[in-house]
Amino acid sequence: MSHDHSITPESMPNEPEKATQEGKNKFIGFWFFLGGETVLFASLFGTYIALRNSTADGPTADELFGLELVFIMTILLLTSSLTSVYAMYHMKNNNFKKMQLWLGITAILGLSFLGSEIYEFTHYITGYDFTFRSSAFGSAFYTLVGFHGGHVTFGMAWLIGLMIRNAKRGLNLYNAPKFYVFSLYWHFIDVIWVFIFTVVYLMGKVG
Amino acid sequence: MADNSNSNDNDVNSFQKQKNKEEMQKQLITFALMILFTIIAFVVVATGVMDGMFVIPVILILAIVQVAFQLYYFMHMKDAGHGMPAVMMYGGVWAAVLALAALGVITWW
Repeated sequence: MSHDHSITPESMPNEPEKATQEGKNKFIGFWFFLGGETVLFASLFGTYIALRNSTADGPTADELFGLELVFIMTILLLTSSLTSVYAMYHMKNNNFKKMQLWLGITAILGLSFLGSEIYEFTHYITGYDFTFRSSAFGSAFYTLVGFHGGHVTFGMAWLIGLMIRNAKRGLNLYNAPKFYVFSLYWHFIDVIWVFIFTVVYLMGKVG
Repeated sequence: MADNSNSNDNDVNSFQKQKNKEEMQKQLITFALMILFTIIAFVVVATGVMDGMFVIPVILILAIVQVAFQLYYFMHMKDAGHGMPAVMMYGGVWAAVLALAALGVITWW
């Protein structure tokens, strides 16, 4: 492909994601974005904690939630976080094929998580008649968990887009930061989920 | 960079490869610990072995430790050159604590 050695050097640097000015800027800019996301999710968590007992005679958290599915979803997302670590490990070893393979596994796990969440929501709506409009608890629950699910959906579109667009390019200093920034995003999705399963599901069961 | 022409393909040197491998082993230990914390949190709640008063602080602490692992190991905040990310994240956490405290206080009072 390209013989531009500024992007495809003879030997790959140790941290290809931060070898160019553009990569460094993406790295800082993305962490800035994640700091903002922290505040966004904190406001949704705060709202949920404030409204979680305002059930308006509708279903309560304890009646709705089943820990089995939530546990499976947690393991799926946690494992997908590890597989994206593997992808970045192979990126640092300049092994593009293995990186793509582990990103593919990450995508499968992420899509399984998304499928489970869609199943969960349909179960609440059809089995319990628990919707966004049922109660303040319902609105807060679907806003918080749905926003996380929306982030997962966006992340899947991002990942699959990256994988297809760069499939024939191979790894270089131009796209290494793109893959790295995605892995940061994906870990952050898991950070949010850790608080969701703790605050929403486990604390909902404790009461 | 052009002097490295003796390394034929875009390969990473063996020293760096070894370092990456050791790093990956640390990541695997981190992952095992995170799975362990998750299982403890679920077991404590599902079996009800602990008093209701203690369960919530315990699972919250487990969550915070797990998130710290995620940030410092998986997202490399422990590595050098992560001063700005730390500023961003702690800035975010600071605003998050304020938001949670404010929303908690208006409902508690």
